[in-house]
Amino acid sequence: MSAYLGDVAALARKDLRLELRARDTLPAMVLFVVATLVVFHFALPGGASDDAAYGLLWVALVFTALLGLGRSWVPEGESGALDGLVLATSDRSAIWLGKVLATLAFLGAAEIVALPAFALFFAPLDGPALAGVALASVGICAVGSLVSAMAAAARGREVLLPLLFLPLAIPLVVGGVGSSVSPEPATYLAFLGLYDAVFAILSWAAFEYVVTE
Amino acid sequence: MSIRNPSLSALAALAVVLGGVSVAMIFFVAPEDADQGLSQKIFYVHVPIALTAYLCFGIGAWKAFRLLLTRGERYDLESYTGIHQGTIFGALTLVTGSIWAKASWGVWWTWSSNQLVLFLVLFLFYCAYFMLRFSVESGPRRERISAVYALFGLALIPVSFFAIRLASDFIHPTVFTREGPQMTDSMFAAFCASWAAITLLAYVMYRTELAGKRTDLNLRELREALVR
Repeated sequence: MSAYLGDVAALARKDLRLELRARDTLPAMVLFVVATLVVFHFALPGGASDDAAYGLLWVALVFTALLGLGRSWVPEGESGALDGLVLATSDRSAIWLGKVLATLAFLGAAEIVALPAFALFFAPLDGPALAGVALASVGICAVGSLVSAMAAAARGREVLLPLLFLPLAIPLVVGGVGSSVSPEPATYLAFLGLYDAVFAILSWAAFEYVVTE
Repeated sequence: MSIRNPSLSALAALAVVLGGVSVAMIFFVAPEDADQGLSQKIFYVHVPIALTAYLCFGIGAWKAFRLLLTRGERYDLESYTGIHQGTIFGALTLVTGSIWAKASWGVWWTWSSNQLVLFLVLFLFYCAYFMLRFSVESGPRRERISAVYALFGLALIPVSFFAIRLASDFIHPTVFTREGPQMTDSMFAAFCASWAAITLLAYVMYRTELAGKRTDLNLRELREALVR
């Protein structure tokens, strides 16, 4: 067990260190999400309600996550490092879990900029809305890391990833928007928790089949 | 199993006969709906097609699960064929549902019909399955990636259904409730006949496509062996 967690921590740390040195994902995500929010200001008609803005926040978050996920397996793809990782780790699902933690760190960092920017530009965010963002981010990274590993094995990875990911992300958007706009957010938060549990277990169990030759 | 299989031909003939019988029952045995009139007849086609699409997706996921469990190569084509048939019936569900929506609500598309929205989500999801499958080089890895994606589809069906229900209020006419079907006996009989006919048709199409795909594969292997 501790060997497994050690693998996970080492893999996540490797991604964070790569990002610290190269800085090719996080600045792009932050800039993208802020630029998207500015575009949304001009896309919303003058008298639009706050509810419409909450909906657009979720569009911005999902697409920002896609930007990060699209790059998430690039370091492994170059120089065939993934084959080495598959051979080296005690359990292949550790590779997935490490990637989930690293992408979650990137997405969380982008949200630390995006959420105050949203509150400044559009409408305030309350506790349930923030909890919705946190829960949905876990689901986005859990499913996204697996799906982007699938896309990485295919030709035209950049085109394929959104097609694979967006239908799977629709329930997350429903839960996220519901937790921001509904007077009873508990149902939506519970639904997000359920989604996270179901798809995290499924991704964790299935990852091995996606990376082994 | 070849395409010229006598039992498959017999099943196909039976599907045609059953289809004819069910059309006759829909128009001459089942009474006309007091509320919706003639347009309600599409219910006898729309709902069986939707149930058959679920069945095909289920078969696709079940064969995918078998593939991951046993690494049996033959399950790959079976899972793919199941999902292909499911996508065809899913598209038909969207078309018939759209016609029904036009007839009873006056619009071609409505977001308040949860089943229709679910089929749109599933249709998008399974179209991406084909994109994924055709952009990965064939081999054991493609078989496994396709299988994992097919299994995700099975988990996505109830989760999406729940999500869409949460997202909108429920106004689609509910025909099946916990107290059982809300239909007269003759309506239920016509519904069951149509359901049986469409399920049988799907089965025949599944077997035919599978036989064709296997023949293609064998032919390709033979050709490669000859070239070498």
